[in-house]
Amino acid sequence: MESTTVEEIRKHTWVYLTVFGGLAMLTVLTVAVASLEMAVGLGVTVAMIIAALKGSLVASFFMHLISEKRVILVILIFTFIFFVLLIAFPLSDFLDNAGKPNVP
Amino acid sequence: MVEGIAEHEVTAKKVHHEELGWWRKYIFSVDHKVIGIQYGITALAFLLTGFTLMALMRWSLAYPDEPGPWWIFISGFTIMGIVVFLIGGIKRPYISLGGFIFIGIAGLVWYFTTQDSMLPVGTMLPEFYNSLGAMHGTIMVFLGIVPLAVGAFGNYVLPLQIGAPDMSFPRLNMASYWIFLVGGVLMLTSFFLPGGAAQSGWTSYPPLSVIQPGQTMWLIAMIFVITSSLLGAINFIVTTVQLRAKGMTWMRLPFFVWTQFITAFLLLLAFPALEVGAIFQLLDRVLGTSFYMSSGMVIGGEVVEIAGGGSALLWQHLFWFLAHPEVYVLILPAIGIVAEIITNNTRKPLWGYKAMVYSLIFIGFMSFTVYAHHMFITGMGSKVATWFMTTTMIISIPSIIFLAVMVFTLWGGSIRFSVPMLFALAWIPMFGIGGLTGLPLGLAPPDIHLHDTYYVIGHFHYVVAPGSIIALFAGIYYWFPKMTGKKLNDMLGKVHFWGTLIGMNLVFGPMLIQGMAGVSRRLYDGGLQYDHAQPVLFLNEWMSWGAWIIGIFQVAFIINIFLTLKKGEKVSDNVWEATTLEWSAAPSPPIAHGNFSTVPEVHRSAYEYNVPVNGRIEEFAPQNQPEEPVEAEE
Amino acid sequence: MEIPYTVDIREDTGLTSPKLGIWLFLASEVMLFGALFSSYILLRVGSTAWPVQSEEVNVLIGTVNTMVLIASSVTMVMAWASLKMNNFENFRVYLASTIFLALVFLIIKVFWEYIPKLQHGHDPSTNNFYALYFTMTGLHALHILGGIIVNAYFLIPGAKMWKSNPEQFTNRIEIAGLYWHFVDLVWIFLFPTIYLL
Repeated sequence: MESTTVEEIRKHTWVYLTVFGGLAMLTVLTVAVASLEMAVGLGVTVAMIIAALKGSLVASFFMHLISEKRVILVILIFTFIFFVLLIAFPLSDFLDNAGKPNVP
Repeated sequence: MVEGIAEHEVTAKKVHHEELGWWRKYIFSVDHKVIGIQYGITALAFLLTGFTLMALMRWSLAYPDEPGPWWIFISGFTIMGIVVFLIGGIKRPYISLGGFIFIGIAGLVWYFTTQDSMLPVGTMLPEFYNSLGAMHGTIMVFLGIVPLAVGAFGNYVLPLQIGAPDMSFPRLNMASYWIFLVGGVLMLTSFFLPGGAAQSGWTSYPPLSVIQPGQTMWLIAMIFVITSSLLGAINFIVTTVQLRAKGMTWMRLPFFVWTQFITAFLLLLAFPALEVGAIFQLLDRVLGTSFYMSSGMVIGGEVVEIAGGGSALLWQHLFWFLAHPEVYVLILPAIGIVAEIITNNTRKPLWGYKAMVYSLIFIGFMSFTVYAHHMFITGMGSKVATWFMTTTMIISIPSIIFLAVMVFTLWGGSIRFSVPMLFALAWIPMFGIGGLTGLPLGLAPPDIHLHDTYYVIGHFHYVVAPGSIIALFAGIYYWFPKMTGKKLNDMLGKVHFWGTLIGMNLVFGPMLIQGMAGVSRRLYDGGLQYDHAQPVLFLNEWMSWGAWIIGIFQVAFIINIFLTLKKGEKVSDNVWEATTLEWSAAPSPPIAHGNFSTVPEVHRSAYEYNVPVNGRIEEFAPQNQPEEPVEAEE
Repeated sequence: MEIPYTVDIREDTGLTSPKLGIWLFLASEVMLFGALFSSYILLRVGSTAWPVQSEEVNVLIGTVNTMVLIASSVTMVMAWASLKMNNFENFRVYLASTIFLALVFLIIKVFWEYIPKLQHGHDPSTNNFYALYFTMTGLHALHILGGIIVNAYFLIPGAKMWKSNPEQFTNRIEIAGLYWHFVDLVWIFLFPTIYLL
């Protein structure tokens, strides 16, 4: 990284520990929520939202994405789009196939 | 002729380096030029091997169940090998060693004749025909065209065209080549394993691919090839972003660099899906998992003892998610090469450079959204089919732009019919046919009739053979002088060109007709047993002779290369009078370490042929030619 | 021959080449694990009978491993921060802790998860849940192993570079850190998918 002073790193240390605390709490939350009774769709959505939150914390602060250069961010945005397509296309094909189970 | 080196260029840091030993210099080199040539030689050897496999197949198609004259192949390649040895002699081992490629192929064919599972008593077993088919496709696509288009041309030319001393990660580059070579060798060894090579098509659809022999090694070899591509893609992208010389802005890049850049993204982001798919298939075969195996399967009258619950369609999704972008990997570098050669040989700038660049980016993005047009007949619902039909039609637009731009560039140009230009010109209508024949396949209703027929084979061969391969030939003729300082012989080049072009049309044109008549692909006897195929069966013999004639004409090309290496005439550093940096700023061949004697600085766009420069027309203005001071106003 | 921008930042992109390179590699890894998650979704949605996952795997062990890996991510970023603060001793402690925590993760996985399952006769061929479980966590574990090897290299033989080129060494640790955080990131999604849903 460019010229970050020792002082700035010390402040970042505090950020890292806070993020760790947040991640720990969110992990507990994930497990707690999973023990509740709820519809499958809702359960998946909630679990993924919490995971996405945790992931964003790791990406933004541990991986410094929050202050990263435009080139990297643009590459990651396109990657994310293709990631979504990789999940959406097979799933939509399956669903549009009238949900046939995997038997010949 | 305008000299390429300008007056006030930035001097490079003087770097001292020890002389490298022979192994570090020629074998385990980190120099992108050496690695590019390594990829080139290896890829050409694989292309020849893949071609030979097809030439064997074409006997079965023309004369099914008849013993074949395999001795002709064996002796023909042996003679070629001896000829190459004689050309090179002891003095030029770098030529003589090429002879081993031909001896190797002769040996491979000889091996086939010794195997009861392949060519017993001289006839070709249908199972062996299927092996040849699967391996022909796999070798041509993954071990031939991509390593040549990207590994060879990309590696050699890209750093030079952007004014860089090498790739960003030279050691990673070397690793990429060796991983590719290991994968390629493993792929070939599958012929010698019990059960023989893969025989489920290059598309390897389960459940057939899970139960057939040879597939395990195919999968392992693919993992090596994929890894090599991923590492190479990283290198290409970082190099293009980070190592452009001073003044080389994005819109001044030669179009060839843009095509390599976008191709690298396709490889980077699409290959992992196939890697996962291959791992699943490997586990299905080796550990008995059921990723692709449905419940309740009965094979050969016996119930398959597996857990079931898998989906054969899962493989198709993962495979085609890569394999569609893969076909753009096959064609984009070719478009880049054709653009370079056409603009250079019309002495005019590329018409619509910006349109080309935006079309390229658009086609790269769209290539991820069309893949299931390969799966229209899998029972796909109409909503999903509509999506993929729509995106497929949209993605044809950039290709039309490419072709239109090439034609507009030619219009009003001063056309120079050099050998590279012949190939580049032929590419335009050939790719046009390839692209147009794709349209009925991209629409689900006609695809229902045409899927898995010879029409498909005709279509995709038009795009890759008189398409990509002709463009790659153009590139070899074009850049050979840069790599060696010598120009390939024109007469042999013209013979090679006409024979190849006519031969390819003789082979692939009739396929379109047979396909429309309903002849299925992957039949060892070319449709002999089907009533609807009878009227078009006679074409099988024509096509086989067309294919063998293509082979004969490649001899002109091969001899040309070896003879020119031995005693070709030396030509100037910029024999084509080109504007791009590899020609104007580097000698032929470029300097071993660092490419340029002084680091180039770029002052112009890529193709300033016959454009006004400060009030006067210069025939061509190399990219590193500095701006002239503007005359003061009177 | 020196390749430019290996350690220096290129002005117009603001990046060093290794930084761009590792992010591109991680982008391909996103697609790799994306393909795995996509396959999981397809196979589960398409199945007629899917086991109740929380009965096949131990949620407590999974939670403990999640905390172990997150902690290792913290120690990894602290290792880099220590180098930026010129504190080589702290760096060694933090990097060693990262490696230690990673080994704990693997040991728990192998000895408290994989081996008991295999002994129970639950292997990848048992059903598609187990096939995906072993493949997805197995591939993830291989990535952890790779990270351990890289970090061990930087802890011992590679640490020499701190003396000769501290800036490049610090950058290398940052790059290794980015890879490590990504491995953690994958687990953050893998954990609920396999253990909780």
